Order: sequence, then C-alpha cells, then structure tokens
Amino acid sequence: MSSNTITGSTSAQEPGGFEGDRSTDSLGGAARAYVARVRGGDLGALPAILGILALGLLFFALRPETFLTPRNMANLADQAAPIIILAMGLVFILLLGDIDLSAGVVSGVCAAVMAKLLADAGAPWYVAVLAAIVTGAAIGLFTGSLVGLIGIPSFVVTLALFLGWQGVTLRLIGQGGTVPVRDEVVSAISDKNLPVVLGWVLALVVVALYAVLQLNRWRTQQAKGLASQPLAVVLVRIGVIAAVVVLVTAVLSLDRAPAAGVVLAGIPYAIPLVVILLLALSFVLGRTSFGRHIYAVGGNAEAARRAGINVTKIKVSVFVIGSTLAAISGIVAASRLGSVAPGSGGGNTLLYAVGAAVIGGTSLFGGRGRVRDAVLGGLVVAIIANGLGLLGTEAYLNFIITGGVLLLAASVDALARRRAAATGH
Amino acid sequence: MSVPQPADGTPILELRGVDKSFGANQVLHGVDLKVYPGKVTALVGDNGAGKSTLIKSIAGIHPIDGGQILFDGNPVDIAGPRDSAKLGIEVVYQDLALADNLDVVQNMFLGRERKNGLLLDEISMEQAARDTLAKLSVRTLKSVRQLVSSLSGGQRQTVAIAKAVLWESKVVILDEPTAALGVAQTRQVLDLVRRLADTGHAVVFISHNMVDVFEVADRIAALYLGRMAADIPISEVNRGQVIELITAGRSGDIGIAPADVAAVEV
Repeated sequence: MSSNTITGSTSAQEPGGFEGDRSTDSLGGAARAYVARVRGGDLGALPAILGILALGLLFFALRPETFLTPRNMANLADQAAPIIILAMGLVFILLLGDIDLSAGVVSGVCAAVMAKLLADAGAPWYVAVLAAIVTGAAIGLFTGSLVGLIGIPSFVVTLALFLGWQGVTLRLIGQGGTVPVRDEVVSAISDKNLPVVLGWVLALVVVALYAVLQLNRWRTQQAKGLASQPLAVVLVRIGVIAAVVVLVTAVLSLDRAPAAGVVLAGIPYAIPLVVILLLALSFVLGRTSFGRHIYAVGGNAEAARRAGINVTKIKVSVFVIGSTLAAISGIVAASRLGSVAPGSGGGNTLLYAVGAAVIGGTSLFGGRGRVRDAVLGGLVVAIIANGLGLLGTEAYLNFIITGGVLLLAASVDALARRRAAATGH
Repeated sequence: MSVPQPADGTPILELRGVDKSFGANQVLHGVDLKVYPGKVTALVGDNGAGKSTLIKSIAGIHPIDGGQILFDGNPVDIAGPRDSAKLGIEVVYQDLALADNLDVVQNMFLGRERKNGLLLDEISMEQAARDTLAKLSVRTLKSVRQLVSSLSGGQRQTVAIAKAVLWESKVVILDEPTAALGVAQTRQVLDLVRRLADTGHAVVFISHNMVDVFEVADRIAALYLGRMAADIPISEVNRGQVIELITAGRSGDIGIAPADVAAVEV
C-alpha cells in the first residue's frame, strides 16, 4: 500500500509528514512503485496472471484447434467452478495460518446428503441443497470447535476428519455405488446457460457498477484529502476488468453446439454463481470489521486478543465459512458429474483447491490473501487439468505436473515471504 | 508545564492490595498504586519484579486474583481488555501488539473499527488517524496507509502511542517505550510522554533508564519482588535511593519494612 498517493490539499498536517500520500499522479510513478513492491516480495496476483497467460499460450500452441474454442472455454468454466469455490473457503482458513485437509471430503459428504435426499427421499431441490449447506456449516462448527475451543492443531484435526468423513460418504452412498443427481435445477448449474441477452446485460451491469464504485471511492478520497491511487491507475484497472468481462461474455455467447441445427450459447450458470460468491465474500473480508479481524488474527493473534477481538470466535467462524463453501463446491461438482460416488471430494480435490489459493497469492503462513486469489489460482489449476486432458497425457503425468505446480507455488510463497521480511514490506 | 490537578487530588486509577498468581507462583503481593491525571508516574523495578504483570492486570489481560481496582474513586471489575478500554485505560506494550499485515490506520482502530452500518467507515478512520498523528507532530510516516511491517522501531512506537491517544483515553500505560530507540527517537517519545500528561492524561511510564525517569516523571512507584516498595512524588527521592528501592526494596526509611524484606528474601 506504500504506493498510495493523493493529489488533494492535505489540511491538518504539518509539512514533512505523509509525503507518500501526496501525488506522483502518473502511471510511470505508480508502475515504479509496483515494481518496487514486487521486488520487495509483495507479488500479489502476478504469478497467477502470468500463469494463466503462459499456460493459455502453451496449450493454444499445442492444441490450436480445441483449446481456445468456445466449447472448451465453457467446459473450463464448469471445471474451474468447484475448485474455485472450495479454494474460496480455504482462503479464509489459510488467512489464520490454519489448514483444512478435510475440505475436499466434506464437499463429498454434503453432496452425498443432497443426492440421497433428491434420489431416495424425493425431496425438492431447495430442501436438498439447503440440507447440504447446513450439513457443511455444522461440520465446520465441529471442526472449528476442535481447533478453536480445544486447541488441537488444525492439521491434526482435519487429517483425522479427512479419513472420518470419507467413511461417512461411503456409508451414505454404499460400497461401489453411485447416486445419480438428475434434478433439473441442480443439473442446470453446470449444464444450462444464461440466455445470451441476459448474459450481456449482467456483464455490462457488473462493469458499470465496478466503474462507478471505483471512481466514486477515488473522488471521495480526493475530496477528503485521503490516501488514494492515481486516477490513471484506477482507470487502467477498470479498463482491464471491463475488457476481461466483455471478452469472456463474447466468447461464451458464440454458438458452441457440436452439431448444426441446434444452438448452444450463453454463460454457464456456474460463472454468475462464482461471481456472486466472489463479490459477497470479498465484501465480508475487505469491508466489514469481521473481515478486518480475520486479517488481524492471522497477522498477530496476540495483538488481536489485546485489541479485544474474540480470537476463538474468529477461528471457529472461518472453519464454518470454509466448510459451508465446501458444501457449495460439492453441489456444483455433483451437478457437473451428474452423480455422487463414495470417492467424491477425495483424490486430488483438496490439493487442487489448496493449490488454487496458494497460486493465487494466499500465504500458507497466514495474514495475507484475498478471495480473488481463489478465482485466479483456480483458473490456473483448471487450465492445467483441462489442457492436459486435451493433450491426452496419461494420469500419472497429470499427478506429477499438478503436484509440481503446487510445490512451485508454495516455494514462491515462502521465498516472497523471506524477501518481504528482509526488505520490510 | 501546567499541572491540571493538585498532587493530593483524587487518583483516576487506584489499586488496593492487588494479588496475582500464575499457578503456584504468586507474582503480585498486595500491591497498592495511585495514578493521578496530568501526572507521569514512573513504574520501576528489576526484571521479574512484576511490572509487566501489573500492567497486564490493569489492562485485563491477566485479571487480578485479589484486591481492588478503583477508577475515579469507584470500584471496577476488569475481566478483559474490553473492560479496561471502556474505562479509558490504554496500554502500549513493549512488543507493541501491532499486526504487521495491516496498515497504520487499520492498526490504530483494531478491535474498535468505526462502522457505517455494516461497512467499515474507512474515510472517517483515516481522517481521525491522520489528525491524531498530526496533533502529536508525527512527521516520520510516509503514508498512513503504509503496512506496519515496513515501519522502523521508532515509527512503530509512535503508531502504538498514537493508537492509545486516539481513544479519548484517561490513563495511558507505556511499557518501556524508549527501550529499543536511538537518541533522537527517545527524545521524541519523551516529549510525547510529557505532552500526554500536559493534556490531562494520567501516564504510567515503565522504564529501566533513570535518566528518562527523572526527566519525565512526577511520581515514582517502585516494585520489589512483587511488592510495592514506594509510591511517592519523585521530588522526595534521588537517583541513588530509587536504585536502592529497586534492588533492595527499601532505602532509609522509605520502602518495605526491614522485617518484611527479610521475609521476602527467604
């Protein structure tokens, strides 16, 4: 944040203070400050964005006729959604320097609850979905209580639960069985698309809203003489967001039906779901005192305690949030696969999500991370899985490559942290 | 320097016979202490004398086991940090208790954020932080939106003190604020301590440095092995006597009675 600058007159100050809040008001100055920050170890979203671009180019070069097609892009979105949603929950837990190794299998348990209610009890979709989400929240409360109230390290608690919940899923589904998910509404999350016109309307509303909020904030900061970024930086950011949203909407609005005669176009419902979660959770983390306290506990739990923050409550609540999002992730994954099996949420589900959060820029050491990290990192992970699928690489290579990428991300995190400690950023 | 209250006025904060143990280890034995508004009270004592425990008890971090705390003459119950904050007691800890990953404004308002409905009121918080820092003539900060991890030791101390002042606080307790600072920064912090008292705050100032103590303090309270050896105006003692109080618990006819000193040392 040291690059923040203001142009307005600064009232109640004596000369010589807060010079960093005064303007350099130029793109060049802002760019130099950004480079200094990155060199100081504050990488932010840079690795994830570079990863998306590099991997995108790589797979486009290797599979020019399939990778960048509208159909594969829609497929990529459906593939990324459950990873991203699971990773969003993990961001909250990682912010405290904790870990939830059971998040993947919790998504499996919750999906199994939903599938059983739909298939066996014939419950309406909203009852089944609500039951899955409540199950997730209850599991989070249990995990969080073990960690926050009893004080068992989260690594141990969730490692034990990782095994335990798999047993529960197995009991619910039955050995070797699968429970189909054929409910129309649940399937629609990944099978159906927004009408093209509605997709464009929503895209433009999102861009306009973002621009208005950003510019409004900048104007208020200027008017009150507060720290703010140069206008050019704000405009560039709005421009980039607008370009990405319009590009994605345009690609997904093209007809991607495999055969002539039918039309398949529009934004898959999974995307607005992810966007809504991104906005809501970013709001909680960035604009409420609850979110501020999560950062404080992750940065210095003792300081937070002395400031009167209920550290236990914060601990328990991040696990509730994490498992609730795991439940939503499980629902989306079940919608995509059309069924729930005993192994749902097992395998590499959790590693993909942890990888997504860390690649996106969330620190494993706590105190640093944002919800958008899950989205950017989740895209990187999904692109790898998707691209390797198109290449037809063998399963063993998939595991090795994905593991390697996670290791790389964790190394970048650790090195950036050391660098930050050395340079005082 | 103006003194808003006469020395024999009511203490804003008074401790009577405060006991505190950690398990079998009794750290504070019937400690009495009077803290007056507009005065700097230097709290001195050797390592392990119980200075830190005493201020943590006042702050509600380690609630007391026995005795009484009076605020403005009324008995109060301090069971947690929020209780002491509500009374207007602010503590600046030796290890500063700042979150490195938050910026200056966020740290100054930590735990007591201003809100606009559900939203954090960043604008009013930044303005208030800026005004407070300006009032304290803080000129060393580059930006109030700078992360605390990028600040120097002196800057952190300044932020921590400014954080305490922000809260209309009546009592400000400083735990060795000059311990890790250079000459110029120590000067600034001592000036700041004097300014706090002159604006009507009751200041408790913990220090090992007798030069600092005699320069800035109005009263001196000496702890010896968890007992209060003396709580007197600083004009009544000289540096040698204070050192005796710290190391032996008594000096001449001031301090713990000889029989008690012997009992403590056994």
